[in-house]
Amino acid sequence: MDYLLTDEQKMIKELAHKIAEEKVRPVAAKYDISEEYPWDVIKVIAESDLFGLFIPEEYGGMSVGITNLCLATEELSRACGGIAVCYAASALGTFPIVLFGNEEQKKKYLPDLASGKKVAAFAITEPEAGSDASAIKTTARKEGDYYILNGLKHFITNGGDAETYSVIAMTNKDKGARGASAFIVEKGTPGFTFGKKEDKFGIRASSTRELIFTDCKIPAKNLLAREGMGFIVTMKTFDMSRPGVAAQALGIAQGALELAVKYAKERHQFGKSISSFQGIQWMLADMATEVEAARALVYSCARAIDAGVKDVSKESAMAKMYASDVAMKVSVDALQVFGGYGYMKDYPIEKYVRDAKITQIYEGTNQVQRNIIGLQLIREMAK
Amino acid sequence: MNIIVCIKQVPETTSVRINPETNTLIREGVKSIINPFDMYAIEEGVRLKERFGGKVTIVTMGPPQADSALREAISMGADEGILVCDRAFAGSDTWATSYTLSGAIKKIGAFDLVICGKQASDGDTAQVGPGIATHLNIPQVTYVKKIEETTDKLESSGSASDSRSHKSMRLERMLEEGYEIIETPLPALLTVVKEINEPRIPSLKGMLRAKSAKIILWGQKDLDLDPQHIGLCGSPTQVVKIFTPAQRVGGQIIKGEVPEIASRIVELLRSEVN
Repeated sequence: MDYLLTDEQKMIKELAHKIAEEKVRPVAAKYDISEEYPWDVIKVIAESDLFGLFIPEEYGGMSVGITNLCLATEELSRACGGIAVCYAASALGTFPIVLFGNEEQKKKYLPDLASGKKVAAFAITEPEAGSDASAIKTTARKEGDYYILNGLKHFITNGGDAETYSVIAMTNKDKGARGASAFIVEKGTPGFTFGKKEDKFGIRASSTRELIFTDCKIPAKNLLAREGMGFIVTMKTFDMSRPGVAAQALGIAQGALELAVKYAKERHQFGKSISSFQGIQWMLADMATEVEAARALVYSCARAIDAGVKDVSKESAMAKMYASDVAMKVSVDALQVFGGYGYMKDYPIEKYVRDAKITQIYEGTNQVQRNIIGLQLIREMAK
Repeated sequence: MNIIVCIKQVPETTSVRINPETNTLIREGVKSIINPFDMYAIEEGVRLKERFGGKVTIVTMGPPQADSALREAISMGADEGILVCDRAFAGSDTWATSYTLSGAIKKIGAFDLVICGKQASDGDTAQVGPGIATHLNIPQVTYVKKIEETTDKLESSGSASDSRSHKSMRLERMLEEGYEIIETPLPALLTVVKEINEPRIPSLKGMLRAKSAKIILWGQKDLDLDPQHIGLCGSPTQVVKIFTPAQRVGGQIIKGEVPEIASRIVELLRSEVN
């Protein structure tokens, strides 16, 4: 389907496609096994300027918006959902600074994140605070010109490898969700260490790790926005980043579909290509239609954000939820087309199933997305 | 360091068909790319510029659509693209092509280095690079796999006007087995092999720059060339016949018990030798 992309968007898609095919796909299986951070690929992505797509030009970025970030993420995910999330998670960690950083913070942090010299991470999740983000226990206590952070974050994508962290901590426990604040914490700050590195089902090229804060003293000027704004920062960040997760899911689905079509043409049973069987064709037809529907939703949502539409919570949630459900279904069906071979690690398709699963879980489970959509529907009705 | 890189736009696959009547390639419907070996030449040129400063100028001779090859080279970091394009150049063989390109290089002016890919993936002659060096009357080193060292000695012999720069380059040149180290004065022409580097993926900023770059167009009237030596008339090469070699068919399958098969094979091999 023609999405009437601009010349600039086509250029970015083409560039990301080239990186995906030449640099990502050949190493996808290697990093899936080794679980090492793919620094060599990250360097190529950095040199191609793709890290700075959504970052304003005055801070070293390209100022070309969320749609382009989605196009790049989709293309990279077609080849490897794990490597793509290293890229996308840096955007997630960078959004709080783009959206809420003051001039000094933007000048200090954004240029290195735009050039990909450094990668970022976003840290809210804790062992006792997943979907219930208001249950976070990490605290930030103000002492003079500093905040003292204490607590544990876990399941942090890019944890340990990122240099710049956007961290949510409680500055006033009595106020509940309104008592949370957002901070920029640099790797290497005394009292900031890394704990357990997770051994994951999928997206194994990306690092997922604990962040440990033990009397970690950070300058008070590292506070983003104001005290108490932590959850606003988080929600607005997720509104921007969810289309990216949706694009990751879309790319995984597209990649799985392409592999399935190719395999169906190559595989012969009963004396002919299995693609000639209606049973296979109907599966492929459903997969392709769902992928296209997901794409339409993801692109529409990204375009709405770029056009400056104010409240995109519902659309962002819809795009993330639908695209990730499609990714899960399409990758499982693609594996089915591969038959017994698909179940074996010698073939690339099982990795798509493993990589797809997380997209239904992180940045808000799909159940939480449905809550957001439902709540928004009721609010709209009440207006 | 002023570097000139000569590139060629070629059809993407090597499995293009040949028109049996004209003995030329059927290019319709085939995507055009930069000759893969030339990608290494561009990359090496850009790396030298990044190390020593200066300018990388890309030159190609071809039809108007070769413009896209020049833009791709600019997206990788080259500064300028020159398209040598004229109906009068059509049908050039390697001799006429290298003569025409040398005319363009002379017009560019002072340079330190000309870099070419070792050969084009369509013609596979590996003659244009050495041909350019011959027409320019400069040293050539072919099959370069590494640039070891570049020296720039300023030697003064008395008066200031007499002092000149003696630039030289130490290179590794690939041989069938091993390599040889060669030192050449500059300006020189190098042809490079794929072992020399890994061509970069262009940056988005590079692609945007390439999109708006102005490509310089030179035709016959812009270059000081002998009309006798250009295009089809100036090409001494004659393609007498191009054909696809007949595929080997069949072969003989020997069936039976193993000892039987073995002795039959020996028998056949013996009769083959005699």
